[in-house]
Amino acid sequence: MTMHNATIDTGLPAIVCRNLAKTYGEDETTVHALRGIDLAIRPSELMMLVGPSGCGKTTLISIIAGILDKSGGDCQVFGEDLSAMDPGQRTAWRRDHAGFVFQSFNLMPALTATENVAIPLLIRGTPHREALERAADMLNRVGLADRRHARPRQLSGGQQQRVAIGRALVHEPRLVVCDEPTSALDHETGYQVMEVLRSVATAGDRTLVVVTHDERIFEFADSIARMDDGRITGVTPGFTNGAPARKPQ
Amino acid sequence: MNRIALKMLMGDRLKYFGLIAGIAFATMLIVQQSSILVGFAKQTGSFIRDTAQADLWVMDPQVRFSQDAVPVRDTTVQLARGVPGVEWAVPLYQGFLRGKMPDGTRFTMIMVGLDDATLMGAPPVIVEGTLADLRRDKAVFIQADKPEKKLMMKQGGGRPLALGDRFSANDHDAVVTGTYRARESFFWEPVFYTTYTRALQYAPPERNSLAFVLVKVKPGNDLHAVKSAIERKTGLAVRTNEEFVKITADYILNTTGIIVNFGLAVALGVLIGSLVAGQTFYNFTLDNLRHYGALKAMGVSDRQLMGMLLLQAATVALLGYSIGVGLGSGMGWIVASQGLAFSMPWHVPALTLLAILSVCAVAAWLSLSRVFRLDPAVVFK
Repeated sequence: MTMHNATIDTGLPAIVCRNLAKTYGEDETTVHALRGIDLAIRPSELMMLVGPSGCGKTTLISIIAGILDKSGGDCQVFGEDLSAMDPGQRTAWRRDHAGFVFQSFNLMPALTATENVAIPLLIRGTPHREALERAADMLNRVGLADRRHARPRQLSGGQQQRVAIGRALVHEPRLVVCDEPTSALDHETGYQVMEVLRSVATAGDRTLVVVTHDERIFEFADSIARMDDGRITGVTPGFTNGAPARKPQ
Repeated sequence: MNRIALKMLMGDRLKYFGLIAGIAFATMLIVQQSSILVGFAKQTGSFIRDTAQADLWVMDPQVRFSQDAVPVRDTTVQLARGVPGVEWAVPLYQGFLRGKMPDGTRFTMIMVGLDDATLMGAPPVIVEGTLADLRRDKAVFIQADKPEKKLMMKQGGGRPLALGDRFSANDHDAVVTGTYRARESFFWEPVFYTTYTRALQYAPPERNSLAFVLVKVKPGNDLHAVKSAIERKTGLAVRTNEEFVKITADYILNTTGIIVNFGLAVALGVLIGSLVAGQTFYNFTLDNLRHYGALKAMGVSDRQLMGMLLLQAATVALLGYSIGVGLGSGMGWIVASQGLAFSMPWHVPALTLLAILSVCAVAAWLSLSRVFRLDPAVVFK
């Protein structure tokens, strides 16, 4: 078994997948989405998962984030096997430890930017006022202080994705999972969004897993895992070489 | 999360107002039709309630409602008076007679004959004249309410029968010496009051003419004990006011098909409410399924989601219900001011609230089952 890791020699990995498998359907209709994934991602690493459509990238991050059950193998996230938890425990784990950035932003259209960012805090039972204050602070960090009261339809695509990044980070999760965060944005905007993500998200020991097709943002990765047909075909260091080049001074 | 749930609900204005309008319409339909039904039911007992001086009514067991007089023997009055605990017992005549107004207009009336000595059973409010005027020669009292509808003379320019007019009751002379006010009645025929003796003169001869015996129970005596004693002694049916009101209402509502008609309207209200509220709420949930999926992915538990959906359903239910009850009451007030049947006891809005909450609970449950089945991985698709 080959463990793919760009920086495997530095401490314990945050995420370790061994021979991870996922199938959908049964018998003749069985689809092998993941065929024995071996992967390690260390704390504070930003790993990009790249590969053609249908290669299993989204399935892999869904299992890593505790949204989907595996069919075989092992996947430890911060030392915990999420598949061993019951659904309620897994939901609580996601609430406390995971942040999500979706391809289509998934912001609530009826809520303001601040309220959207505050959602993870409200889910955790943070008092409303405090949640809004922390959300406003987070919007400030992603450069949207002046758009706090705007609703999603009043924001550009890039601004919406920055709100989504704020929402993914406001509760200080240890894991942030991003699904094609720039695919709905033009190059310039996507670049700016990644700059924000890189600068704000990679704090402390937070681990980021970014699924993308967009080669233009590879320079923000610490490592790049290439996938094909449900397998990792290789992991290479990113352009940052382990030291984020785009991190602001 | 409650604020988020409410903002989600109110964010889509069209659906939000559509939901409220649908529930308001269904509520109004249920409240209005139920209240008209209750109004009709109440009006069937108007004559009995207007004769409230008595505690008990003695009658033939075959009597089905208050205008269904089946004559009993005249001696029943004496038999009732002989029962211990009876303060007084008086005869009451009641029957349908044909009449002819001064201009020749023919009509049908309900003639009520009161005990000559006591005039017990008289209508509650005398408008013109005094009750004693009923003892004058050929004296008859007519209803003061809306005579232009029930007692209109069609010939010679047309005017309603009025105080001082002479008319014919079953080919006998009668004179209007007074008018009275009574409750709105389910029965269309005008009710005329006269004395018992004169009523028998007007009425066609029969072997027995006594329709009812009105009985007052002495204070301190058990009403039901006296009732049973009179039943045993006379072999007739004895009913309290409420019992008589109930059998009258039951008979009329069941035999006329009113319950079926209004029941269908109420059922229609529930159905429309269910379809509109259920469909719109379910669609609202489907439209927001992606957001619920995102919330599930972010760690919202099924319990929290259930709370959000129930809050949304309860909010539209209570808002729609309040508007619907307001509209229903307003329309009822207009209907009632025209003298039509409309009565809204607290049971009507209470049961309507229950129906509307049930409808919305079903809608929420359908939506919930969809949200519970939702795979949070949908957010990555």
